[in-house]
Amino acid sequence: MNAPRSLSRLEFEPLPDSSSGMVELSRSPERGFFVAAARDIFLAFRSKGEVIQALVFFIVVVSLFPLAIGAETALLRRIAPGVVWVAALLSVLLTLPRLFASDHLDGTLEQMLLSPFPLTLIVAGKMAAHWLTTGLPLALMAPLLGLQFGLGGDELGVLVMSLLLGTPILSMLGAVGAALTLGVRGGSVLVALLILPLYIPVLIFGAGAVEAVATGIDYAANLSLLGAGLLFGALATPFAVAAAVKISLD
Amino acid sequence: MSIAEFFSMGGRGFYVWSSFGAVAVAMVIEMILVKKRTTAATQLKKTVEETRK
Amino acid sequence: MNLYKYASPVTFYPLAGKLIPWFAALAVVFGLVGLYLGLIVAPEDAQQGQVYRIIFIHVPTAWVGMVVYLVMAAYGVAALTLKTRLSSMMMEALAPTGALFTALALLTGALWGKPTWGTYWIWDARMTSTLILLFLYIGYIALIHAIEDKKRADKAGALLVIVGSVNVPIIYFSVRWWNTLHQGASVSATGSKMATVMAQGMLIMALACWMYAIAVVLARVRAIILERQYQGANEILGFEIAGTEMTGTEMVGTK
Repeated sequence: MNAPRSLSRLEFEPLPDSSSGMVELSRSPERGFFVAAARDIFLAFRSKGEVIQALVFFIVVVSLFPLAIGAETALLRRIAPGVVWVAALLSVLLTLPRLFASDHLDGTLEQMLLSPFPLTLIVAGKMAAHWLTTGLPLALMAPLLGLQFGLGGDELGVLVMSLLLGTPILSMLGAVGAALTLGVRGGSVLVALLILPLYIPVLIFGAGAVEAVATGIDYAANLSLLGAGLLFGALATPFAVAAAVKISLD
Repeated sequence: MSIAEFFSMGGRGFYVWSSFGAVAVAMVIEMILVKKRTTAATQLKKTVEETRK
Repeated sequence: MNLYKYASPVTFYPLAGKLIPWFAALAVVFGLVGLYLGLIVAPEDAQQGQVYRIIFIHVPTAWVGMVVYLVMAAYGVAALTLKTRLSSMMMEALAPTGALFTALALLTGALWGKPTWGTYWIWDARMTSTLILLFLYIGYIALIHAIEDKKRADKAGALLVIVGSVNVPIIYFSVRWWNTLHQGASVSATGSKMATVMAQGMLIMALACWMYAIAVVLARVRAIILERQYQGANEILGFEIAGTEMTGTEMVGTK
């Protein structure tokens, strides 16, 4: 477990001064993004459990609702967008500690601070990796659950699109909370308390898009708003997360 | 307007007076809590200054 | 005049002490005038009857609850950029009052909703946004109390409130969007046909709430200044006193 992790940690150690072209190339700042993303994806897939657990959690939570309120098709169709979206939100929330906690424990995060790459790009890479290993699988799994709830083709398409646009925002905002609560006692409940209120607009526009298509209203506005949020989040949150990591490691 | 009319607020006195009452009670409780905190902090200052001597 | 002088807790402490009685007195005066205008002078509302008088306390509390969060965000920016210690202390002092007023706005809103709309809670855009605002306050308070290192708690809290305040307009917009999509209830305060005396009463009640909030926040920040100044000293002194009864090896053990 430890050996490959520390090997990949080497990537973030300060490079020795050298005028050779190789080192110059590896110092290019955007490489920090890819190194961080590749490393986190590698780690996530090596401990396969993590990726699958979040996905199974998502499926189980969604399946609880028919059991709790009855399996009447019209009712299930009515609540499907909200149920799938709330479950996706909770699954992402569960995986947030993974973003920084283990790197914090074994000191990799401190190495990242000292590495020649800008911290903003490193955390952006970590956020991208987090989405690829949580949000993306959720979005791809969602149509199956939508079918269980009796959603039609159009609704399933919009559900997947809304999740593809919305879950990256969940990873971004969640990263702020995860970074702020690094190493704090009772961190996981605290993250939920800090981040869930900020997730509300994503939930409204995401579930709203599917509901709009179900009731025959134009859903494009909802998706554009999610897209705008995605762009704004991608531009702003890496800086906030980098600042939060610095605050927590100070 | 008679006193009784004033307090009954057109039969909705409960809602009106519990609104204003809740705010008043909350303010009083908040002031008591701040007062307690100030007393504790002043006490702390005294202990520190006395031990320093 | 050097404004930075007052950004230091040491100079601000006595200044705040001098200001508190003035704000408290203004709160009482405005409160009495506002209550007189709102409860006695203002006429009965044609549609809602007497119960509409709740807005004389509901609207000011909601107003204070919302603006305090934005003030906290402004202090948050100051805390992270100018690195003034007082800004973080002000944030810590503002949060409980902001949360309290937000909770009071929800409570008085519910007490207004029951006789007016027939239900205590209504998923109206404004009520829902106010509820989310209360969650934001609770998040901040939970965060700064969970982090033991004061310096880190200050900075983390400042960053959280800044991120939150960027989200506040988005949250408000999204909730209104959701509200129209679901054709939910929209509660409107009597609006344009509000008589002048009603507007005056509400304004003066708002001023009363503001003066109260400023006075109580200044009192709390004074306590916080003392706590911060002497808490650390007390712990060090505690060790010194304990150390006199300890052997050398035990002292090493405690470090």
